[in-house]
Amino acid sequence: MSLTDDRRTTGDGADLGAADDPELVHEAPAPAPPPPAWRRVAAVALPPFVLGVGILAFWYFISYGILEERRRFLLRPPHQVIDKGFLDWDAFSTILGGLWSSTKVALMGLSIAIAIGMFLAIIMSQARMAERAIFPYMVTLQAIPILAIVPLISFWFGTGQTSRVVVCVIIALFPIIVNTLFGLQSAERGAHDLFTLHHANRLTRLRKLMFPAALPAIFAGLRISAGLSVIGAVVGDFFFGRGEVGIGQLLRRYANRLEGEELLAAVIMTSALGVVVFWTFGLLQTLVIGKWHEPGSGGR
Amino acid sequence: MTTTTTGSLAFDRIGMVFPDGTEAIRSVSFTVDRGEFVTVVGPSGCGKSTLLKIASGLLDPTSGAVVVDRDRLGYVFQDATLLPWRTVRRNVELLAELHGLPAKERHRLAADAIQMVGLEGFENHYPKSLSGGMRMRCSLARTLTLSPPVFLFDEPFGAVDEITREHLNEETQRLFQAEGFAGLFITHSISEAVFLSTRVLVMSARPGVLVAEFEIPFDYPRTPDLRFEPEFAKLSGEVSHALRGGHT
Repeated sequence: MSLTDDRRTTGDGADLGAADDPELVHEAPAPAPPPPAWRRVAAVALPPFVLGVGILAFWYFISYGILEERRRFLLRPPHQVIDKGFLDWDAFSTILGGLWSSTKVALMGLSIAIAIGMFLAIIMSQARMAERAIFPYMVTLQAIPILAIVPLISFWFGTGQTSRVVVCVIIALFPIIVNTLFGLQSAERGAHDLFTLHHANRLTRLRKLMFPAALPAIFAGLRISAGLSVIGAVVGDFFFGRGEVGIGQLLRRYANRLEGEELLAAVIMTSALGVVVFWTFGLLQTLVIGKWHEPGSGGR
Repeated sequence: MTTTTTGSLAFDRIGMVFPDGTEAIRSVSFTVDRGEFVTVVGPSGCGKSTLLKIASGLLDPTSGAVVVDRDRLGYVFQDATLLPWRTVRRNVELLAELHGLPAKERHRLAADAIQMVGLEGFENHYPKSLSGGMRMRCSLARTLTLSPPVFLFDEPFGAVDEITREHLNEETQRLFQAEGFAGLFITHSISEAVFLSTRVLVMSARPGVLVAEFEIPFDYPRTPDLRFEPEFAKLSGEVSHALRGGHT
């Protein structure tokens, strides 16, 4: 409105007409042309880059400015971490090996959690009674801190690979159940009526209506659970040391030996794994439902 | 297909009292024959949509009976109720799929129906990229695939803008002429009711009772300009008067 305000003074009592005058609208300054590609990339990439440089500078400051020489092992400067953690092949291959072992545990745990979680959610979606019966226990299970049941798990499953997978399953299960159940219940009432009118049976309704409608919520749950399963694998590995050496064991070993460079490298690689898993499932989501799903429209 | 002597769709002293004690409908009786297009107008909340739910079997009336062949009942909902993960073509094929028709037959029926509502070229679009009017067309096409002898419309064009609504009204009228189904249409728009129907029934609010009935004498096909004829205005006025509680 303010753009045309100054012009209105010329019209006597023609304020209302001026607002509708197409000529005045056209005289408003044209919107700026879209910025060139490099500017858009820069707008996205520059802020995190600048912050990253800032963090590195702060890191150096702590390593050299605050810690004196004999305490510097607490935080080695970045270039030493890269040198000894990433560029030294022996150290780096050990980290990669541990990471791979933990990735296998995470994937196995996630797969089992998906199978159990979806199965339970489907059962609950089919019968209110089942939902009422199962749900409180799921919430209870979710509320137990994983550390509290670590002794129990080692008691039952030993201290090897199995126990690590069990930790993953327990930690990743809840979001899958909740999101799948929520998704299965998200189909529109009208669509249900349509299926009822045309005498669709339970299985048809599940396959053609409830399950596809649940996909967006299922993927949201999968992304959360995938991240959690990585955490579960690391935590499980940290406590259950028998068998293959995973990243949790390595973290513990490096910490015990005061190998700060390798420790930091292992931490960075672990978080990289988490990011890769998160993005992988995001990509999977886009591939499967990106074509039809409108983000922000709920489960529809 | 069972054809009854009372018409394709007959309501016999239907009453509906909801569990919370609300009396939605009281003793409503009327029939719709093939080749008839009957519209029920009434204030919102008068139980006119409940009437369709009862006709289709989604709800059981607390008293009275409905006679209708529910095998291939056409039901057009207030919302388009398209499945967002299916393209237009696959959405239109849905009912044929639920009825177990072979793929080839489904494709043919869907192609015909899509052509009838003028959605050619959009077969592979997903609902999210369609306008409200196009979604409604898609919903109409889906219902058309079964060539239902009885077509129920539950305020289908309430959510679209006036211009689209007029287009869809003409479309509906054209389909009615081509298919000759028994149509039962629910709306709160008087001009929509008079434009489309062979007969308009006026329902009062709570409990829903039929208070007036109007024969609409205009020949089909009706053109949009009909809305500006004096006769049309006169009839609309009478319907409006009945709606406001006056007796004719």
